[in-house]
Amino acid sequence: MTLDSKLPSGPIEQAWDKTRFDMKLVNPANKRKHSIIVVGSGLAGASAAATLGELGYNVKCFCFQDSPRRAHSIAAQGGINAAKNYQNDGDSVYRLFYDTVKGGDFRAREANVYRLAQISVSIIDQCVAQGVPFAREYGGALTNRSFGGAQVSRTFYARGQTGQQLLLGAYQALERQIHEKTVTMYPRTEMLDLIVIDGKARGIVVRHLVTGEITTHFADAVILGTGGYGNVYYLSTNAKGSNVTASWRAHKRGALFANPCYTQIHPTCIPVSGDYQSKLTLMSESLRNDGRIWVPKQKGDKRKPDQIPEEERDYYLERRYPSFGNLVPRDVASRNAKSVCDEGRGVGESGLGVYLDFTAAIKRLGEHVIRERYGNLFDMYQRITDEDPYKVPMRIYPAIHYTMGGLWVDYHLQSTIPGLFVLGEANFSDHGANRLGASALMQGLSDGYFVIPYTIGHYLASNKFAKVDSSNPEAQQAVANVKQITDKLLSIKGKRTVDSFHRELGKIMWEYCGMSRTAEGLEKAIGLIDALREEFWQNVNVPGSGDDLNQSLEKAGRVADFFELGRLMCVDARERNESCGGHFREEYQTPEGEAQRDDEHYSYVAAWGYNGPGQHPELNKEPLEFDYVHPSQRSYK
Amino acid sequence: MKLRLKIWRQKNRNDKGSFVSYSMDDVNPEMSMLECLDVLNETLIERGEEPVTFEHDCREGICGSCGFMINGIPHGPQRATTVCQLTMRHFKDGEELVIEPWRAGAFPMIKDLMVDRRALDRIIESGGYISVSTGNAPDGNDILIGKDTSDRAMDAAACIGCGACVAACPNASAALFTGAKITHLGVLPQGKIEAERRALGMVGQMNTEDFGSCTNIGECTAACPKEIPLEVIARMNQDYWRASAKRRDDSVKPVTPVTRWNAK
Ligand SMILES: Cc1cc2nc3c(=O)[nH]c(=O)nc-3n(C[C@H](O)[C@H](O)[C@H](O)COP(=O)(O)OP(=O)(O)OC[C@H]3O[C@@H](n4cnc5c(N)ncnc54)[C@H](O)[C@@H]3O)c2cc1C
Ligand code: FES
Repeated sequence: MTLDSKLPSGPIEQAWDKTRFDMKLVNPANKRKHSIIVVGSGLAGASAAATLGELGYNVKCFCFQDSPRRAHSIAAQGGINAAKNYQNDGDSVYRLFYDTVKGGDFRAREANVYRLAQISVSIIDQCVAQGVPFAREYGGALTNRSFGGAQVSRTFYARGQTGQQLLLGAYQALERQIHEKTVTMYPRTEMLDLIVIDGKARGIVVRHLVTGEITTHFADAVILGTGGYGNVYYLSTNAKGSNVTASWRAHKRGALFANPCYTQIHPTCIPVSGDYQSKLTLMSESLRNDGRIWVPKQKGDKRKPDQIPEEERDYYLERRYPSFGNLVPRDVASRNAKSVCDEGRGVGESGLGVYLDFTAAIKRLGEHVIRERYGNLFDMYQRITDEDPYKVPMRIYPAIHYTMGGLWVDYHLQSTIPGLFVLGEANFSDHGANRLGASALMQGLSDGYFVIPYTIGHYLASNKFAKVDSSNPEAQQAVANVKQITDKLLSIKGKRTVDSFHRELGKIMWEYCGMSRTAEGLEKAIGLIDALREEFWQNVNVPGSGDDLNQSLEKAGRVADFFELGRLMCVDARERNESCGGHFREEYQTPEGEAQRDDEHYSYVAAWGYNGPGQHPELNKEPLEFDYVHPSQRSYK
Repeated sequence: MKLRLKIWRQKNRNDKGSFVSYSMDDVNPEMSMLECLDVLNETLIERGEEPVTFEHDCREGICGSCGFMINGIPHGPQRATTVCQLTMRHFKDGEELVIEPWRAGAFPMIKDLMVDRRALDRIIESGGYISVSTGNAPDGNDILIGKDTSDRAMDAAACIGCGACVAACPNASAALFTGAKITHLGVLPQGKIEAERRALGMVGQMNTEDFGSCTNIGECTAACPKEIPLEVIARMNQDYWRASAKRRDDSVKPVTPVTRWNAK
């Protein structure tokens, strides 16, 4: 398949303007005659649904939670980037563009990233107008902080609850449209299949999570804003419900899945404490500004941290990266933590942890300064671990946090199925092989508020839409497919719970397709996943029925898709014989042990087509070209 | 540690429901209340029984999905902590925990510990926003907002919409929830313009739903995991009275509460 990314020609600064001018418009009076389905009510979905409603389209919005306000976006802490340059510290659209392309290790499309940087400034204006209480100076102006190693202060934030406040802004805009009756909201409703008629996405099959009813919805176009797939690892910082099902079922209907192996691991999370562990909690990376990371020099040293003398400690980041020290990027910090633990020098009961020590900072600055900077984070740490980080060093360990891969989309955010658009973390578009901190919120809102309202109009104005309903054979086939999966899951009545399978899958993924990967390990993982998947379909125990609320059934459907996705991630990781961003292949490293890219052979997007379960997928390549930011090796020594 | 969990089990709205006791012999004090229920559920499934249904998502105290009563207290005994962040070390070995869902007329039962909180969304729908469409906004720094004002807005905006305030209130009133949104938006210059219309709409909706009225008892703020202050209710009343006194906008009509699920 040849991939047409519909990239604009001409200078990058004018590309989005020109594209907007070239696009067809839908006559205002005709807008309400077009119906649009939006699946997802996170930052991406809610902002899209609200804005399309404001424009006058007839919108239906779906989410699996009881209210659109609870989407996973609510949990984002740190902030949102924008090239406002309010701090007069040298920021610009071009610099944000440059940082994002470089941070993505030269595996993102330049034109998309440039547009994102341009739009970033309007996002902040819109959110302020909605009443988002961003942090401010005493004089009343908006304030910023620097985040994720950026050299300028461009991150806007609302305490440690930026995602919550941005999502509430979008949710309130959405509720306003619900009141205006331009949007109909369907909470507790899960999309389980995509209906493709005459080659176009025309509807979805959903299951109502309380009544168990399976129904169809039709529209002229379908938008997915269904989030990322980090939960394939079972333990991650994502909300428990985050899943890949909507994307995956669309993939099975023909949408290509791009760069699935690009996953982001966050270095500072609270370590796993037992088998019952259900999720991992992120501790903001700002802690690395003042904390020093270390492990004992000696293997298996079980002494308490305060009994280990200075000369027996290994401050390994400071030792290996004298110029960046504890502030190396996320991927580098994570990999180093893993390698010292693999050597047997990890701390805590499980040996999977490293110390993040504030003793020196407290001595230098005083406890009150540290309390002022990080008080709320220290409290959260203490609430969870019952240890006082002012006295005992924190224990941290890396955890899966974000997925850069997702459904392939062109510059218009349209997938390879005409009429199916994908926004937010669910698409693959803007972060390349590694996402910078505070850029996911920016991308979700850019897609929803400012890109899709234009590009979907162009699609609607350029196509004709035959009338479709549930009697169409394609719709009937999709409904039958969903019923068949549900019935099958309920009929097995085997011996193992869904969670036990999910946990085991997560362990395989983490071991072989996590922080560092090898061709051999990935090969092994594929075999293990195939075997586990087979066992799942013979031995899973899903109690209850499909006719009422059944949380085991919901989970089972999602885990079934995670098996197939996990396999594809391993295939993608094995195929990419280079290291880049979050993808580290042990065979491809510099003599100093850093990631080694291979631009000559791998400067492309890997977009995979589905060929059936357990079948080898089809690889399509979209070459990447860099006309503005020239690829270079990242170095933090 | 050992615990006895006395949990409310109810198949659906029409079922009568009753408490069922489960004993757990090996509770790790580090696990959260929800992880404790996960462990119980795994054993129930293995025994061929239906697991306990409860709502949850973020497990970080921010999405507002989780929540139930533990020994009569919403979200349990720990101050400013949701059940997803409540660790078992706060209970004593051998203790009995009575676990039951939020009970309020406006929150119809769904199953076990899960209730229908859509009434809260309808209150927001009836005015809990600033009417600004995408593209309408001036530059973010065109309107300066003092840090104190912005902090006050943020304090109120921290509400996670879990419903603990309603469950705690002897009258099952939603005044703290409604007041929080009215305060968040009303103190900001952008939100002042619509303050009266907003109060009419939201309070009107609150009264239309099956919530009780506020008699200033204050249980709500004590139970609130985000410690929303009681003063938001005073602000709500102020805006509402002022608006009612000079009401001219008759177009503010409440939304009809629905309790069925097959939305048309
Ligand atoms: C702990 C944490 C902290 C973070 N902090 C930051 C930060 O500081 N800055 C930053 O930029 N980024 C941050 N991120 C990343 C960022 O929060 C996410 O990438 C972003 O919010 C994703 O938004 P979204 O709209 O794409 O998806 P989500 O918010 O995940 O929304 C998905 C929506 O889809 C719905 N859905 C999913 N599947 C289905 C289905 N089958 N049927 C119906 N509905 C479905 C869900 O109900 C939900 O409404 C953080 C992430 C985590 C985990
Ligand atoms: S699960 Fe999100 S607040 Fe408890």
